[in-house]
Amino acid sequence: MLKKQIPLAITFITGVIIVVTFFIPHPPFGRLQQDALTWYSVIFGFTMLLGVDSLVKFHYTKLRRREKGWWFSIVFYCGFLLSFITGVISEVRFGDAFNINSSFMYFYNTILIPLQSTMFALLAFFIASASYRAFRARNIDATFLLVTAVIVMLGRVPVGYMLWHKLPDLTSWILNVLQLGPMRGIMIGISLGTVAMSLRLILGIERTYLS
Amino acid sequence: MIEALSIWVAAGLTLAIMSFLYGDNPVYKFAEHLYVGYSAGYWLIYTWHFTIKLMVIQPIAEKQPGAVWLVIPLFFGALMLTRWFPRIAWISRWSIAFTVGIGAGLTLTGAVHGYIIPQVKATILPLWTGNGLTSFNNFVIVVGVITTLIYFFFSKPHTGVLGKTSKVGILFIMVAFGASFGYTVMARISLLIGRLDFLWSSILKLVQFF
Repeated sequence: MLKKQIPLAITFITGVIIVVTFFIPHPPFGRLQQDALTWYSVIFGFTMLLGVDSLVKFHYTKLRRREKGWWFSIVFYCGFLLSFITGVISEVRFGDAFNINSSFMYFYNTILIPLQSTMFALLAFFIASASYRAFRARNIDATFLLVTAVIVMLGRVPVGYMLWHKLPDLTSWILNVLQLGPMRGIMIGISLGTVAMSLRLILGIERTYLS
Repeated sequence: MIEALSIWVAAGLTLAIMSFLYGDNPVYKFAEHLYVGYSAGYWLIYTWHFTIKLMVIQPIAEKQPGAVWLVIPLFFGALMLTRWFPRIAWISRWSIAFTVGIGAGLTLTGAVHGYIIPQVKATILPLWTGNGLTSFNNFVIVVGVITTLIYFFFSKPHTGVLGKTSKVGILFIMVAFGASFGYTVMARISLLIGRLDFLWSSILKLVQFF
């Protein structure tokens, strides 16, 4: 009862209240959807604490057992403590760790930004190698995909314009017209699926989140 | 001096991540672990500042209207922490159920109101506008939406007219995927150019410094 029925009841009651308040745009119901988003963020904050705790414990265990590559866990702790300590100091000193002059933001710009953007930039190589292996014009469908991708890639760089001056216009037409229809169809399909899943959750048909 | 040091660090970390192209190596692993560790600390400070401080402490301290209702997420948030105690960890399901309920409710209304109705409305286009190109574009969009939806309609076997229409749909989908792929590749390439440009300008700055 406490482990299964109460969670199902909580989901049903909250879900129904949130849906009903959408149709009553008057106080106190009118603000509830907005408030619910805040509540969501607050609970997410607590889960963040759980996540970071789990990560810290994982590296602690790795260090204690001297597992393979244990010294990388020291690097993890150095990074973690650096951002955490500078964050706390900046929060106390400026009242806002995200102040542009804070040490927290200095390390953010020096460490996190280069690491993050290079990590994403690295994907360019993997996409290129994956497409080299996967892109084969085996049938008409694959040919359509290949030709469109090549046109879009060429149309967005100066060399495309040099090859054929109408290529950038053709790329814009593909992105704004030809792509719009199927993307809209996919979006409608996804939204209908989302509605169905939300109804299943509220009505207690979908219970996998409790396992 | 501090600027030169930060350039050295940023350029070094950029090269450390790029060293993965050679294969998994200790230099990359160093940068990777630093990235994960720094991110964990960063998100902790981010959550404290933007969620706990601005969304909970500030409204309660300033006695803003409706602040009393913040007891609800605080209660369920605290229940989430029961995961630390295995014997009562099952109570955290109540918090999960609460967030699932909020998510389902918001998604249900949001999907219908924010996606389905506006997208359907935007697809009801005039097929003859007096302008040949606009009419053709509208026709392509309408056919693209309908044939794509038919392709994803699996309640009937794709034979006869339905089969032919879904074939057109898959061609449209392939064009859309191809365009998305090309667009993504170019976005990644521009990020890569940004990093290479940073490395090049860092070298120039350091040369000027010394």
